[in-house]
Amino acid sequence: MTVLIERVRNALGPELAGPFAAFVAVMIVFGFAAPNFLSRATFGSVAFQLPELGLLTLAMLLPILTGGLNLAITFTANMAGLTLAWVLQSQGGVDAGIGAFVLGSVLAIAVGALSGLIMGLVIAYTKAHPILVSLSMMIFLRGLGEFLTRGGDVSGIPSFLAPIGYGSIFGIPVPLLIFIACVLIWHVLLTRMKLGFNTYMIGSNIEATRYSGINTRKVQVLVYTLSGAMCAVAGIIMLARFNSVRVGHGESYLLITVLACFLGGVNPFGGFGRVIPVFVALVVLQLLSSGLNLMGASQHLATAVWGILMITVMILRWLAGRLKFLNTNRG
Amino acid sequence: MADQALDGAAPRPLLSLRNVNMTFGGVKALKNVSFEVLPGEVHCLAGENGSGKSTLIKVITGVYKPEAGAVIDYDGQSYSHMSPVTAQASGIQVIWQDLALFPEMTVAENIAFQTVIGRWPRLVNYAEMRRVAINALQRLGVAFDVDLALHHFPIAQRQIVAIARALVGEAKLVFMDEPTASLTQSETDYLLDIVRNLSASGVAVVFVSHRLAEVLEISSRVTVLRDGALVGVYPTKGLTQSRITELMTGKTFDYSVLHRDLSTSPVMLEVKGLSRPGEFEDVSLTVRRGETLGITGLLGAGRTELALTLFGMRKPKSGSVVLDGKPVRFGSNRDAIAAGVAYLSEDRLSLGLIQPQAIADNMVIASLDKILSGGFISSDRKRSLVNRWIRDLGVRIGKQDDAISTLSGGNQQRVAIAKWLATDPKLLILDAPTVGVDVGARAGIFDIVSKLADSGLAIILISDEVPEVYFNADRVLHMAQGRIVGEFTPGATTLQAIEEAVYA
Repeated sequence: MTVLIERVRNALGPELAGPFAAFVAVMIVFGFAAPNFLSRATFGSVAFQLPELGLLTLAMLLPILTGGLNLAITFTANMAGLTLAWVLQSQGGVDAGIGAFVLGSVLAIAVGALSGLIMGLVIAYTKAHPILVSLSMMIFLRGLGEFLTRGGDVSGIPSFLAPIGYGSIFGIPVPLLIFIACVLIWHVLLTRMKLGFNTYMIGSNIEATRYSGINTRKVQVLVYTLSGAMCAVAGIIMLARFNSVRVGHGESYLLITVLACFLGGVNPFGGFGRVIPVFVALVVLQLLSSGLNLMGASQHLATAVWGILMITVMILRWLAGRLKFLNTNRG
Repeated sequence: MADQALDGAAPRPLLSLRNVNMTFGGVKALKNVSFEVLPGEVHCLAGENGSGKSTLIKVITGVYKPEAGAVIDYDGQSYSHMSPVTAQASGIQVIWQDLALFPEMTVAENIAFQTVIGRWPRLVNYAEMRRVAINALQRLGVAFDVDLALHHFPIAQRQIVAIARALVGEAKLVFMDEPTASLTQSETDYLLDIVRNLSASGVAVVFVSHRLAEVLEISSRVTVLRDGALVGVYPTKGLTQSRITELMTGKTFDYSVLHRDLSTSPVMLEVKGLSRPGEFEDVSLTVRRGETLGITGLLGAGRTELALTLFGMRKPKSGSVVLDGKPVRFGSNRDAIAAGVAYLSEDRLSLGLIQPQAIADNMVIASLDKILSGGFISSDRKRSLVNRWIRDLGVRIGKQDDAISTLSGGNQQRVAIAKWLATDPKLLILDAPTVGVDVGARAGIFDIVSKLADSGLAIILISDEVPEVYFNADRVLHMAQGRIVGEFTPGATTLQAIEEAVYA
C-alpha cells in the first residue's frame, strides 16, 4: 500500500496525491454504497453543478497564493451578473439580441475586474490586510446590490442564454467547458507566465521579491483584478443557470472555495499550490455531495460531510508528515 | 580508559562523552565522538556548519538519543543517554541563539519565572522573583533595573538576562550557541567579561562561535569537529586563527593582499556628494572596472543605506551618481537592475533569497525576461540557465526544485550571487556576503568575487569584518556615522592600522 501511495505521489506530484487519493476513495465508497452512483446521471449532475463553485474557487486561488484572500468573490459575481441582466433588460429583456449579451458580458467582466482592481490597489499601496480590504469590498457590494435591486430578483433573460447554463456540446455540458477553459488559462498563467511566477514568490516573501526587482504592487493589483474578472465569469454562468440574479446567491460558496483550495494542497499562507489538484479537489467535493444525494441524504448533510472530509484530510496530512519524520529518523 | 589513567593528575572532568554516534536519514551526523569539559573551564566547540556541533549539544541536553554504546559521564553519574528533564535538573543549561526570552515581561520575570512554576500556593511571589533575579545578576557582576520590560534592553544585555536565567536553574554547565553573532565589538567585550565571571564562579561554559578571535580570547581549550568526527582537543595557548581554520576545514588558506594595477581601467561608478540626511552625508567614491572597493565600519555607519540608495531603493536628497559614463537617477530597483546594478542583501534569510521556494526559481527571479520564449517561461531555458550557474559557481545542490532553505549558508550565498550575475550587472554590491557562511565556504565565495572582478565587473564589498575587506578589496573605505572618514590601500597599510581606526 505504501509503495502504491509512493508511486501515485511520484507520478502526480505531492500536491495531487492527496486529492487524487480522496477521489479514488469517494468513487470506491459510493460505487458500493449507492448502486446507481457510477452512472451518466451522476456525472451529468456533477458536471452541471461543478462550474459555479469551481469558477469562484479559481477566483479565490490567486489571492490565496499571494498570501491574501478575496472575501468579496460571491458578491462580485452577483454584481457582474446584475450588470449583464440590466444590459439585457435595457435592450428588450427576453427579446434582447446576441449583441446585447456580448456587450453585457464585457461590461460584467469589467465590473468584476474593477472590484478586484480597487481591492488590489488598496492592498498594494496601503499594505492593509487583504482580509479587511476584501471584507470591506464584500460589504460594500452587498449593500450596493441590495440597494439597487431592493433585495429582489432581476429576471427577464432571453432564452438563447439557456444553453450557457444547461446546454451540451458533444455531450459535454457548456458550463463545464467554460470552467475547464478557465482552469487551463489559470494553469498556464501560473506555470508558464511571469505573473504566475511572481505570484508564488510574493506569497512566500513579498519583501525579498521586491528586493529582486519585481514590481510587487503591480503583481498584487493584477492578481486581484484577475480574481474579480473570474468572479464575473462565475456571475454570468449563475445568471444563465438560474434565469435571474439575486444579491446573495452563492453566498454559501464563499468559505467552501477556501476549503477547496486547501483540499487541493494550496498552502494557506501562500506561495504554494497548483490549479490541477484544486480542480480534482472540487470534483471530489461535488461527487461527495451528488453521491449523498443519490443515497437520499439531504443537501445539508452533504455540507456537513464536506466539513468532516476537510478535518479528516488535515489529520491525514499531519499523520503523513509524522510518518515521513519517522522514516528519516530510522534512516 | 587508558587516557583516563594518564591524566590522573588533571581534575576530574565534569562531563565526559565517549562513543557517541548519531545517524539522520542515512547520514552520520556524529561518528564515534568523544568530548570532555572540566569544571569551571571555558571550552570552545569549533567546527563548520554541519560538522555536528549542534547535534552534539542536543545529545548532551537530551534532545537526541545517541545510538547504543554511548557513554555519558556527568557529575559523577553515568548515563547511556540524557533526557531534557535530567539534563536541566542536573544543571545543564543551553542559551540558544534566539535566547527564548519574553520581550514584554520584566527582567525579573524573565530570569526567575521558573522558580515560581509548580509551587503551592499557585500565586506569583513577585518579591521572591525580584530577589532571585537580583541575586543572579549580582553573580554575573551586573546590576540592571529588574522591573523594566526586557524589550527596553539592547541585545547584549538580553544575552546576560538569558545567562542569569541559566544560573537560577543552578547551572553547572552552560552551553552558549553563537552568543556574539549579533553583537558589536564593545558589546562582545562586555559579554566575554561576563563569561569570565561565570567561569570564575565555578560554572563550566561551552562556547560555540564562528568568530575565531573570540574563541582564542576566551577559552582555555578548543574541541574541533569536522564532518561529524572529532579532529582533536587543543589547548588554546599556541593556537592561531589560521590554525583553527585549517583544523576546521582540513584545508590551508593563503592570506595575501591583492595587487592589481587598475590605474588604466575605466571608471564604472562615480558618486559625488551623495546624501540622505540622518543616514549618510556627502559620500563620494569611485569604482573602476575590475576593481573591488571595500567599505567597512561599525553597524549603523550607514553602509547598507548607501548601498540601497545606489540600488535605487532609496532616493538621495542630493548628490550625483554616474554609472559607466552616464548620469543615473533611479526611480526603483528595477531601474537600477536594468542599468546594471545588482545588490546582494546583507539579510539573506529574509531579503536576499525566498527561503521556501525552489533553488531554480530563486536563481532566475531577477532575470525572468531572459528565459521567456514567446512571452511564456521556457522550462528548457530556465533549466539550462540554472545548470550553467550551478556549474560556473560550483553550487552543491540536490535537485533544482529543492527549497533554497535546504542548502548550507555558503551554497545559498552562491545561489544569491548567481541570481544577480544572471542580470548581467556592471556593478555588483555585496553587503556582508559571508554572514552565516562557514570559514571554508567564505574562501570559496571570495574566489568567486576575485574572478568576477578579473572579468571586468566593478564590485563594492561591504563588511564589518576588517580582515575580510583587507584581503579581498583593492581599496578600503572606512565609514563612520554616515561619512567616509578614511581610505586605505591594503598593500600600503597594515591590517592592524585599519582595525584600530575602525574599532577605536
